[in-house]
Amino acid sequence: MKRLPTGGQWLTMLLLALVGVVPGRAQSPKDAAFLSTLGELREASYSDKATIAERLGQSGHPSVRAVLTALLDSRLYYRNSDQKIFIVKSADADPLSLIDPLSLKSAGSAAASDMTQIGTNNGLRSVLRMTVAHYSLSSPDASVRTDAVREMSRSLDEPAVALLRQRLGVETNSGVRKEIATALALAALEGPDGKARLDAIATLKSSVDQDVRNRLALLLGKNGDGSFVESDENVRKAAAGAVATIDHWRTFYSGFETLFFGLSLGSVLVLIAVGLAITFGVMGVINMAHGELMMLGAYTTYVVQSAMPDHIGISIVVAIPAAFIVAGLVGVLMERTIIRFLYGRPLETLLATFGVSLILQQTVRSIFSANNRSVVTPDWMSGSLRLNDALDITWNRLYIIIFTMIVFSLILLVLKRTRIGLDIRAVSQNRAMARAMGIRTQWVDAMTFGLGSGVAGVAGVALSQLTNVGPNLGQSYIIDSFMVVVFGGVGNLWGSLIGGMSMGMVNELLEPYAGAVLAKIFVLIALILFIQARPRGLFPQKGRAAEDR
Amino acid sequence: MKRNAVYMSAWLLIAGFAFSKGAAAQDTIKVGVLHSLSGTMAISETTLKDTVLMMIDAQNKKGGVMGKKLEAVVVDPASNWPLFAEKAAQLLEKDKVAVTFGCWTSVSRKSVLPVFEKDDGLLFYPVQYEGEESSKNVIYTGAAPNQQAIPAVDYLMKEVGVKRWVLEGTDYVYPRTTNKILEAYLLGKGVAPADISINYTPFGYSDWQARVAAIKKFGSAGKKTAVVSTINGDANVPFYKELGNQKISAEDIPVVAFSVGEEELSGVDTKPLVGELAAWNYFESINTPANKAFINQWHAFIKNPKRTTNDPMEATYIGFNLWVKTVEKIKSTDPEKVIAALPGMETPNLTGGTAKVLPNHHITKPVYIGEVKADGQFNVVWKSAGEVPGDAWSDFLPGSKNIEADWVTLKCGNYNTVTKKCSGQNYK
Repeated sequence: MKRLPTGGQWLTMLLLALVGVVPGRAQSPKDAAFLSTLGELREASYSDKATIAERLGQSGHPSVRAVLTALLDSRLYYRNSDQKIFIVKSADADPLSLIDPLSLKSAGSAAASDMTQIGTNNGLRSVLRMTVAHYSLSSPDASVRTDAVREMSRSLDEPAVALLRQRLGVETNSGVRKEIATALALAALEGPDGKARLDAIATLKSSVDQDVRNRLALLLGKNGDGSFVESDENVRKAAAGAVATIDHWRTFYSGFETLFFGLSLGSVLVLIAVGLAITFGVMGVINMAHGELMMLGAYTTYVVQSAMPDHIGISIVVAIPAAFIVAGLVGVLMERTIIRFLYGRPLETLLATFGVSLILQQTVRSIFSANNRSVVTPDWMSGSLRLNDALDITWNRLYIIIFTMIVFSLILLVLKRTRIGLDIRAVSQNRAMARAMGIRTQWVDAMTFGLGSGVAGVAGVALSQLTNVGPNLGQSYIIDSFMVVVFGGVGNLWGSLIGGMSMGMVNELLEPYAGAVLAKIFVLIALILFIQARPRGLFPQKGRAAEDR
Repeated sequence: MKRNAVYMSAWLLIAGFAFSKGAAAQDTIKVGVLHSLSGTMAISETTLKDTVLMMIDAQNKKGGVMGKKLEAVVVDPASNWPLFAEKAAQLLEKDKVAVTFGCWTSVSRKSVLPVFEKDDGLLFYPVQYEGEESSKNVIYTGAAPNQQAIPAVDYLMKEVGVKRWVLEGTDYVYPRTTNKILEAYLLGKGVAPADISINYTPFGYSDWQARVAAIKKFGSAGKKTAVVSTINGDANVPFYKELGNQKISAEDIPVVAFSVGEEELSGVDTKPLVGELAAWNYFESINTPANKAFINQWHAFIKNPKRTTNDPMEATYIGFNLWVKTVEKIKSTDPEKVIAALPGMETPNLTGGTAKVLPNHHITKPVYIGEVKADGQFNVVWKSAGEVPGDAWSDFLPGSKNIEADWVTLKCGNYNTVTKKCSGQNYK
């Protein structure tokens, strides 16, 4: 729910002057009438509440905006003892701090159990949003004004058009001006003047908004008796042209959107596979507990968030190193206690790590219960970035693409530019030779496995924002991560990147046509065929290291 | 992968149960509890097991039934459908339970059905389901489609003015059957085929971006659009999150869900869900003395004041009370006699109405539509006028239009009114 900033009294005055009503003095008959109308809200049905809200809006009382905004935000209450109506500051607090609906001054506080909320439903909320939009047009915040204009353009009656015209005269923000121009053009389509309608269509042609397109398409339709809705043929032609232009652009942007979806799914696949690319690809360990290491990362996010409930925004950032350390330590522990005894015996490793995965799942179940935990999405990660009316890009996906790129570059950097990276590569290429050169191969093994596991934990932090945090989280991703690594070519990080991205892209391209279930099946079949033809994946390793495997 | 894990834990559990033979005293009545306590369904089903135990506990404090104490026999079918049948056979043949409360998913019910019919047991099934079934040995205390899905669609059509429909479901039997019924119903109401979009996604689906974008596109054709969601379990959270991120509010495109209740919302950040709809026959927020007492009893039993109650719990409560009442009336726990006496029995439900067992082994239930509030509870925005009788065979599917279930006069669960023949789950 959107919180509209409580505007100054002068704004309301301005609006009232506009409508031509002078506010009365406190406790005047007008106040009494306002209060009694307000009182009707207590018992009314939802549809009655909508008419009451409209009557309140027409009353022209200075508190109308505050009261209706409160009702919209579910912050309008009445006291059980004397049935008096109050606005509360925040519905989450207990005791509630009360605000008098007439003077808008503080009126003490009351326990939440002594107050009853005046409920709203979807229908009522959209009526309220519309009514409040008329008042928000003079908000100092440009985005609130933009939303208000959008809201108003859904139903353009004469007072709304008059208000918009008025606003256009004083509006300085170009974005809002454009919105108002579009809304006024939409209104002009209804007008009797053919020339004005043509001009309106010319204005609307540059929009890519679906509502505008639908409105224009209506002009091309026919009435029940077979006559055209739009009588002027020139206008009809212009409208048809405009619809075609808008459709063209929308198709273009929807292609762009699919591309973005593919990129974001690909990023998730790369992120979950890149840790495995290290443990499986570089070390050759089939780690069935890889998914559970991601789960540990996700649970770490939950714990960090519970530890700092007042700083949800930065908790995710804190959770990244925490998850790396937790999952990394568990990984090192696994390597030291189990896996190091099983090198060179892939089947035993597979079974042992599968056992570890079950143990980890049950541990988490015992500590956190079998139910999913709720990880809150911080505000800066929710919602979407509006590029234009046809294209919104969701923030969380955008961040995950960026995050994947950062993680991937860091891993490359570690492997190619640091001492430990050099050791890791040396051991994976030729263990005996590396040991002969004085590298502590056992230590390097532990570190490599720890690095891969830590990266899995980091992937878990990202997954906590996309899916449910529960004991089964790992199981749903383990197969995908193995697929990406095998497809990309075992032992090749770049292969995992290209493999993951292309699998994500193909999946998203197929999904609109084949549906989610079939798309996944097609990808799997394609993968099987590909592995048949090239068993070593996209980018097979060459040279001695490959022969040893 | 998942399946392997489930099988594994199932085998471990079978091994575990070999050791736990209950020593049965002579003067108790055995009550079977057949709910998964492990595996994917454990989250939902454990609550129902606890509900039955709570009801048994309360009944025993009142002196039991016919002077005998009730004794719960709890088994764990571990979310493994074939194991449900094995466990049911164990309950009926070895433990000789008088009645069983159990199952959640339709596939588990279908799995135990032949066992209950062969051994002449009695099962109370407490979850809303897709209908198209009426067994002599099962009492369906959850909603049939005409007690949940159809009224919800009616509400959207009449009260919200919805003209375009997205039927979004998880890919398994309940959504597929429900959507088939809904599609037939909508077409019958004059909705054009182009205004209905049906789509299925796999269990636990989380990559909703393309689907939600498609819904947004479908909903922007200038007609009021709604999503009827039979999305199951975990997949709901990322779905609603994505709706929020793509800024589709409940006011623009409302989503009405048939599988999202208080319990499902308790582990979820409810901020992005406010205003979304759910259709049930019970909400925890409904203010009646009976419901208040039930919630208090539940909190005291489970020792956690934050636990929610939900619709299948109420259905379990109704089923248990119906069974106790019938047994006390006919002074016998013989399943065959109880089954014969059940139709016509009545018990108060938790929302101030009466649940009556119908000849088709379904019950009467009120229908409520609720909007999600910020605290994870529901705000009731619509309720049916009185109780709706459950219809086993949908009137809207061509295949089942002429089928009737009547265990009182026809003695048949699948009677064709045109050919006058009883087939399928018939009875002598």
